[in-house]
Amino acid sequence: MTGEQIVFLLVALFTLGSGLMVVTTRNLVHAALWLVSTLFGVAVTYALLSASFLAVVQVVVYIGAIAILFIFAVMLTRKDMRDQGAQQNPNWWVGALLSVLTFIGLFFLLQGWSGMSTTATAIPTGFDAISELGTALVSPDAFVLPFEVASVLLVAALVGAVYVAFNPRKGDFGK
Amino acid sequence: MSFWNDPLKVAADWLLGIFTGWGLPEIAANILIGFLGVLLLISVLMLVDIFLVWVERKVVSRFQDRIGPNRVGPFGLIQPFADIIKLIIKEDTTPSGADKVVYNIAPMLSMMSVLILWAVVPLAPTILGVDLNIGALYIIAAGAIGTLSIIMAGWSSNNKFALIGAFRQVAVMVSFEIPMLTMLLIPTIFAGSMGMGRIIESQQIWFVFLAPLAALIFLIAAIAELGRAPFDMAEGESELVSGYNIEYSGMKFGMFYAGELLHAFTFGGFWSILFFGGYRFFGLQDVSPFLAIAVIIFKAFIGYWIIMWVKYTLLRIRIDHMLGFNWKFLTPLAFTLLMMTALLNALLAGTPTWIYISVMFLSNILLAWIATEIARSYSRREREKVEGSGAAPVAEGVHH
Repeated sequence: MTGEQIVFLLVALFTLGSGLMVVTTRNLVHAALWLVSTLFGVAVTYALLSASFLAVVQVVVYIGAIAILFIFAVMLTRKDMRDQGAQQNPNWWVGALLSVLTFIGLFFLLQGWSGMSTTATAIPTGFDAISELGTALVSPDAFVLPFEVASVLLVAALVGAVYVAFNPRKGDFGK
Repeated sequence: MSFWNDPLKVAADWLLGIFTGWGLPEIAANILIGFLGVLLLISVLMLVDIFLVWVERKVVSRFQDRIGPNRVGPFGLIQPFADIIKLIIKEDTTPSGADKVVYNIAPMLSMMSVLILWAVVPLAPTILGVDLNIGALYIIAAGAIGTLSIIMAGWSSNNKFALIGAFRQVAVMVSFEIPMLTMLLIPTIFAGSMGMGRIIESQQIWFVFLAPLAALIFLIAAIAELGRAPFDMAEGESELVSGYNIEYSGMKFGMFYAGELLHAFTFGGFWSILFFGGYRFFGLQDVSPFLAIAVIIFKAFIGYWIIMWVKYTLLRIRIDHMLGFNWKFLTPLAFTLLMMTALLNALLAGTPTWIYISVMFLSNILLAWIATEIARSYSRREREKVEGSGAAPVAEGVHH
């Protein structure tokens, strides 16, 4: 086993363990914090794959914004923050069944894929992944359309949020 | 290649020779050398941090017309060591009902979020941790971990003041991250790379002359990110006692305090890297890497001094004013500046350097002037609405 494989196994174990803690811990804030460590494990996996841009964006977006939002939502909606409610809802077995089925499906799908058995070619030296990604995002024969559609979607979400928060009767926010 | 030209490489080769001589495989030796390098960097930073306590206390006392620490050692230089001994031997208290594990992790994360920033700081052309090609984004990612540590500290302390302080601080950090990230993109446009090394190397002319407004907005966002005055309502002594770190005692409080000082110094460093040429100073950086380190540390201290100057001169701003200032003024201004810079950079490609510099500089000044005029006319209208209504301006004031 190479050093890279050992590191990957440790990171995968850490990520999966944290993921398990997210669904088994009884305290909601703890669940959110375990989610942070799961997301961090995913970021490390990206870094191991030499996808440094994705790794950093994972930390900025998921830990810096979404996890913080989760923690805020938990804190603002629960009366007692040492919440010890029911651990699972009655549909837990449906979720467990679906994840097992998904795992089996993915397992067989990937076994039949030739990419699983071939070794990836080494990245050529001097390959600048981030400028390739940037060019691909704005070039017409690559991903400019999905990129712009996603941007429009986000703007629509923003406008929607402003509309929901805006109170036309009083004419301004929070006055 | 001598020690004086590339000290890190020479030291690493020397250590590699020793370790492989002991029979270690080369890869293990390289990992060990990497760890030693990190250990050296962090030890030096922590020593600088101890010195920063003295600097901060001396500077604040000068701003407040005092002398500051002057009893222990020459100029009070031994004072920070006395402070540290005090912090270490203090009783380590944990409030009842605190979430112990989270409570203990928070100070470590806070310190860590500052220390990992130094991985991308190029101290000299050859002395740097790693030249990430996403260095600018990495700064924001490290800030995200700092935000997390504050909310963990505030929540786990089981204290209402700590939680309110954490809420305020996180609201400020999350909102001021946006103008900061936008301003990080402006040196990126000029240099054509997010890597700190490339940004410094392409500053034949300091970027502050190309984008003075960007440098100013970055400084404001950095001060807000640090939670220092005038953006320190998370601390708000008069209302919250001390904010998110109120329940921490001894060295755990020391971690937050030292982390804040080092963070301010680090942002002074990033300000100098992004806009003031980093280790470049009239070719001094090519003479010796040690001179380059001296230059960048000196520039970082100037940045740190300006941050302190602002902190000890201005009053605290109310939180709604501050968030309004960010979302209604700074963020639109930052976006406009980014679009303008990107557009001008594309239009002016291939023009002589002096035209490029003067157009960039003048457009920045023009945009700053327009933004101030808009803000001025808006505040005049608001004032007239309050004063012009005549009837009971006091009640109106209460209403707001």
